[in-house]
Amino acid sequence: MVQYLDPLLIMGLVLNFVALGVSRIRGVINAVAAQGVLLGAMTIMIHPAIGVRGVLLVGSTVVLKGFVIPRLLVHAMREANIQHEVKPVVDYMSSLVLGAVGTGLALVFSYSLPLAEEHRHLLLVPASLATVWAGFLMLTTRKKAIMQVLGYLVLENGIFLFGLLLLEAMPFLVEVGILLDLFTGVFVMGIIVHHISREFASTSTEHLSELRE
Amino acid sequence: MIYAIILLPLVMAVACIALPSDRLRPWLLPVGGLGQVVLVGWVIAGMGSGPPVTGLGGWLLLDPLGKLVLGFLTLFFFLCSLYAPGYLALRLDRPNRMFCANLFAVQAMMSLVTISYHLGLMWVAMEATTLASAPLLYFNHNARSLEATWKYLLIGSVGIALALLGSFFLAYSMLKAGLESTLVFDQLVRDAPDLSAPWLRAAFVLLFIGYGTKMGLAPMHTWKPDAYGEAPGIVGTLLAGGITSCAFLAVLRIYQICRAGADADFAREIMVFMGLFSMAVAAVFMARQRDFKRMLAYSSVEHMGILVLGVGLGGLAVYGALLHLINNGLTKGVLFLSAGNIHRAYGSKVTDDVHGAIRRVPLSGSLFLAGFFAITGSPPFGPFVSEFTIASAAAASGQYLACGLFLTLLAVVFVGMGATILPLVQGSPPEGSPATSFRDSLSTAGPIVLMLALVLVLGIYIPPPLESLLREAAASLEGTR
Repeated sequence: MVQYLDPLLIMGLVLNFVALGVSRIRGVINAVAAQGVLLGAMTIMIHPAIGVRGVLLVGSTVVLKGFVIPRLLVHAMREANIQHEVKPVVDYMSSLVLGAVGTGLALVFSYSLPLAEEHRHLLLVPASLATVWAGFLMLTTRKKAIMQVLGYLVLENGIFLFGLLLLEAMPFLVEVGILLDLFTGVFVMGIIVHHISREFASTSTEHLSELRE
Repeated sequence: MIYAIILLPLVMAVACIALPSDRLRPWLLPVGGLGQVVLVGWVIAGMGSGPPVTGLGGWLLLDPLGKLVLGFLTLFFFLCSLYAPGYLALRLDRPNRMFCANLFAVQAMMSLVTISYHLGLMWVAMEATTLASAPLLYFNHNARSLEATWKYLLIGSVGIALALLGSFFLAYSMLKAGLESTLVFDQLVRDAPDLSAPWLRAAFVLLFIGYGTKMGLAPMHTWKPDAYGEAPGIVGTLLAGGITSCAFLAVLRIYQICRAGADADFAREIMVFMGLFSMAVAAVFMARQRDFKRMLAYSSVEHMGILVLGVGLGGLAVYGALLHLINNGLTKGVLFLSAGNIHRAYGSKVTDDVHGAIRRVPLSGSLFLAGFFAITGSPPFGPFVSEFTIASAAAASGQYLACGLFLTLLAVVFVGMGATILPLVQGSPPEGSPATSFRDSLSTAGPIVLMLALVLVLGIYIPPPLESLLREAAASLEGTR
């Protein structure tokens, strides 16, 4: 089923650009959620015979990344009463261009990486690096706290993609632990987003500038 | 038995949530802390020189390095917990249910880091310390602590995400070498010579940046002044002495793998450079710091730099670095807790408002002053011994440049820190500064005296069991390949 992997990866990459180029927070949440569901599907493409534990893992990944966490973020968004990123540090057009440049470099760079023979023709490694890059861009250029959380999720998705190469190395328990940490992390961040909005009547991290040298 | 080390603090965390009284709850902290001291002491003493205690099919294992850090953290947490009832009794304006529960959760996860022999599990535990400690930072529930918490959580999580990518690279380096990919630590060390070198190097860099962010090495330290500046003293203590030590242990684990492979020099060069760089950044920012709690954060950056520098220098300096882990942790406890008391006595932590601390709070002021002399490496305190060991090891192995820079930076820090601290404790309290009702008492100063006593003892005499543990742990880092 590996032949279906590349189209899925390309869809995942397209979603990076949606996340980078859209100002409506709801739209970005949907893109990140769709990416989470894709990740689950990809796991099955790469490891068709993963057994009951694997199916459970894929199931929990999809439920968590595709539904629970997005729900949580939509809730936080409503609580904070915000719909749009206001003015990112780097505007949308430039973020898209930077994203595209990063994706191109990831493609070129991963050809020169000393990958194992069986991974040489997969799009997985460049897609992973490009997604990590997109996550970084969102983290550093967005001002809304909730957008930064979404950037963190995109970054995490990129790392997850690389992890697909090594499902054997990551035992079930550790995978569950990672997912749990991710969930708790977003949960705690969601709570803080709520506090930021209550404290400043906005969730822009611009207000968080009192502590400077 | 090994499971109990993690379960006991977790049970205590549940007990904290269950107990309804804000007044009684803080007393669970010293009780749980003491229980853990007894338990860990019993496990470590019971092991003797026999086979290590293991669990979860080899994923949990208490080796000499783990024993050293776990033993220190357990004692350190207990000393901090002695301070908690006195502090929280002054802070009955805030509910402390989640505060106490989270303190225990942090202890459980720190303990898990020290006994993890699976790098994935260690990652999970390390990230969990971040998540469990974030609400502690936000204890004061004001705008500034909110900002600090947000930075801490986001920068910490991103850093640690990079460490996860590094862990994956490490597993991939096994796959590439044609081995079965795993993240079980002793298998990685055993197979290290065969690992794919480029992937191993990339893994080291990412893991070093990731866990280095948690340690607060420059230039990944930007969360630190905010977090330490806004957190209650006891939380700052736990971060500066506990969680950063855990992150240092994680760095050491990766170094052990590089060392077992052929890449020790690569790793050591990075560590020496980053160590000196952190010290330099700290020296610059400490000099004109107007907020004395933020200044302590830069001191923490400096000492994290000394730790990785010591390991990077190799030889006897590794022993010095491990000893410094303990000395730094305890001394940071003295400084953060007494700074917290001074903050409370003046209602300000800006150096313009705070003068004559020795007059207003004689005990806390003197302890703060003694802590300053200790942390800057003045004899007869413990940090003098560990810093001297590192410097002389560097000179003995012919690394004169690193040794010279190390000593110069220590001197600069001494001057910079002294310029802030001496006016703060000396002189008389400024006119018109409102005297708060806070005065030194046994509950808020006693634990600090205990910590300072230990720092003093370590400067004069290292007990034989600690000495042998330090030697064993250093040998596991410097041992033959």
